[in-house]
Amino acid sequence: MTDRTRPRLGVFKFASCDGCQLTLLDCEDELLAVADRFDLADFREASSATLDGPYDLALVEGSITTPSDRDRIVEIRAHAKTLVTIGACATSGGIQALRNFADVEEFTRVVYARPEFIRTLATSTAIRDHVAVDFELRGCPIDKRQLLEVISAYLGGRAPDVPTESVCVECKRRGHVCVIVAHGTPCLGPVTQTGCGAICPGFHRGCYGCFGPQDTPNAASLVAHLGPLGMDRPSAARVFRTFNAMAPAFRAAADAAAEPPP
Amino acid sequence: MTERTIAVNYLARVEGEGALRVRIRDRTVEEVELRIFEPPRFFEAFLRGRAYAEAPDVTARICGICPVAYQMSACHAMERALGIRVDGTLRDLRRLLYCGEWIESHALHIYLLHAPDFLGYPDAIQLARDHPEAVRRGLALKKAGNSIMRVLGGREIHPINVRVGGFYRCPGPEELADLRGSVEHALSLAEETVRFVAGFDFPAVEEDYEFVALRHPEEYPFNEGRIESSAGLSIDAEEYESAFEEFQVAHSNALQSVRKGGGSYLVGPMARYALNGDRLTPRARGVAREVGLENVVRNPFRSVIVRAVEVVFACEEALRIIDRYRMPERPWVDAPAVDRPVHGAAATEAPRGLLYHRYELDAGGAIRTARIVAPTSQNQKRIEDDLRHLVARSLDLDEPALTAACEHAIRNHDPCISCATHFLSLDLVRE
Repeated sequence: MTDRTRPRLGVFKFASCDGCQLTLLDCEDELLAVADRFDLADFREASSATLDGPYDLALVEGSITTPSDRDRIVEIRAHAKTLVTIGACATSGGIQALRNFADVEEFTRVVYARPEFIRTLATSTAIRDHVAVDFELRGCPIDKRQLLEVISAYLGGRAPDVPTESVCVECKRRGHVCVIVAHGTPCLGPVTQTGCGAICPGFHRGCYGCFGPQDTPNAASLVAHLGPLGMDRPSAARVFRTFNAMAPAFRAAADAAAEPPP
Repeated sequence: MTERTIAVNYLARVEGEGALRVRIRDRTVEEVELRIFEPPRFFEAFLRGRAYAEAPDVTARICGICPVAYQMSACHAMERALGIRVDGTLRDLRRLLYCGEWIESHALHIYLLHAPDFLGYPDAIQLARDHPEAVRRGLALKKAGNSIMRVLGGREIHPINVRVGGFYRCPGPEELADLRGSVEHALSLAEETVRFVAGFDFPAVEEDYEFVALRHPEEYPFNEGRIESSAGLSIDAEEYESAFEEFQVAHSNALQSVRKGGGSYLVGPMARYALNGDRLTPRARGVAREVGLENVVRNPFRSVIVRAVEVVFACEEALRIIDRYRMPERPWVDAPAVDRPVHGAAATEAPRGLLYHRYELDAGGAIRTARIVAPTSQNQKRIEDDLRHLVARSLDLDEPALTAACEHAIRNHDPCISCATHFLSLDLVRE
């Protein structure tokens, strides 16, 4: 059933694990209410029905890794009034951006016996590197409350209230014991953007940076503090070079950690 | 001479990107291709050089629907390489986490992806307009599975609490006790689900499957057991590569898998149930009997009932673990330092079936090679076989009806294309 007074929602997938769009289906209490406010124009993971664009709101998951996907995102942008990227793959290229630091032909040979059948780009890049993006929601995976906030803000015609401060701030607010101070556990909380709910420290584990850099990170300084906590420089380089390896602040931190110490 | 092509360029209600192409010449099915165009992501390549402890979190990102399966297979493979065993309550907690993932993933597939095929809707949202109580039941069931994941894993997708050797933190007894009410309610919803799906119309079809699943001396399998098949195979995970082989086809970014010297085989709920039905919990067995579910299901359309029975099992098993939980003294088992090259292989039961991981580590504990075989890669060729038979007996259907039937047949096996790439759109050519 379509109702032209309702905005059209499209959910699109590029290279990814499907987890961020699954987050929408994981809103078990809100899914039917959200679906009631939109015409679901294109959401292949959930529906075989499609409507033509233009899309009022396009949620885009995944990174650009193939020549055809590079063309498809341009097409989607041309038909989307508001385009929001969801998750680390769409905002920073994701874990598959590790190919950007390697020889992708060699990678293809490791996984496939007939690499000539595989059409892929040498890089995995963020959606923003290809088209204009109206809002980027972070996380590997995104947080469901933040996704609902982005959708509510869209429906209310306001900017989403998504904080860009560090995980540390959230950790203090929740009253977690600091894993660095109390347990000497290496933690990326000081340089990582909040949004997850500071879950790793809540489980006595150091943050591993899956929401990418906070707005004013001093990641190079943190690298110097990780060593005495038992995280050697190659390990520090790897932890920054995992789920948000192409986010500029994390990339710089990984490069700094990979250098011999001053 | 007439040629028909049936093409679905982008399969909906499956996880990931795939297509289907079927070519028919003079009423003969000449070609069936499940085309997986999900872009390759090269996990096995970029795992090399990383510390063994990173594998559970990295491989979880292969699939947002079954991250626990990746974490479990990675942990078990590493633990075998390191020579450690995780037993007792920690082992129970791993089974509990897997219960959460099975409940969540099966509820998603039954209600949001598969039920619309049987009831004639494009999606669960439109299904909810006519059958709101059914969709609400599915969402409540899914939520109960996700609650287990959140309490024990920290979050529903890519849980953060799993590590080689166990967990970062074990839940307090009160945290698990708080789950009890929702899981108990989920158990009754799961039994209603079995009765609901058993009422669907099923075409009379039987396929001759070789079923492959884990088999454990006492348990319905999650984490451990020998890899067994309905054709008499019984091997340890270390022997997997001697019994199965992967090969590459031009039409797919996912490798296909066959029995060495043999043909296609099937992993997943139908296989687990066929080989392990005697290991189900009492209420799961009871409701299966009540709806007349055969002991070995060979009709792929009836897999939806098997999946629902497995949800009943997972709820009962979760309750059993919750009820006998005593917080362990330590949340993990320490691993010895790696001082020589070692290797380890393990298979666990993802919601969609057997998930095999094998790693070789160097003398410093870094990953030298990684091999991952996902359930959908293993089922890919068998799904093509199902489709070939379906098309051959449905040649008189018109294009839209045949296409819909093919898509339904694919969804019988809940393919996860994101997993398999390392998968789909229907392109039917009638000649």
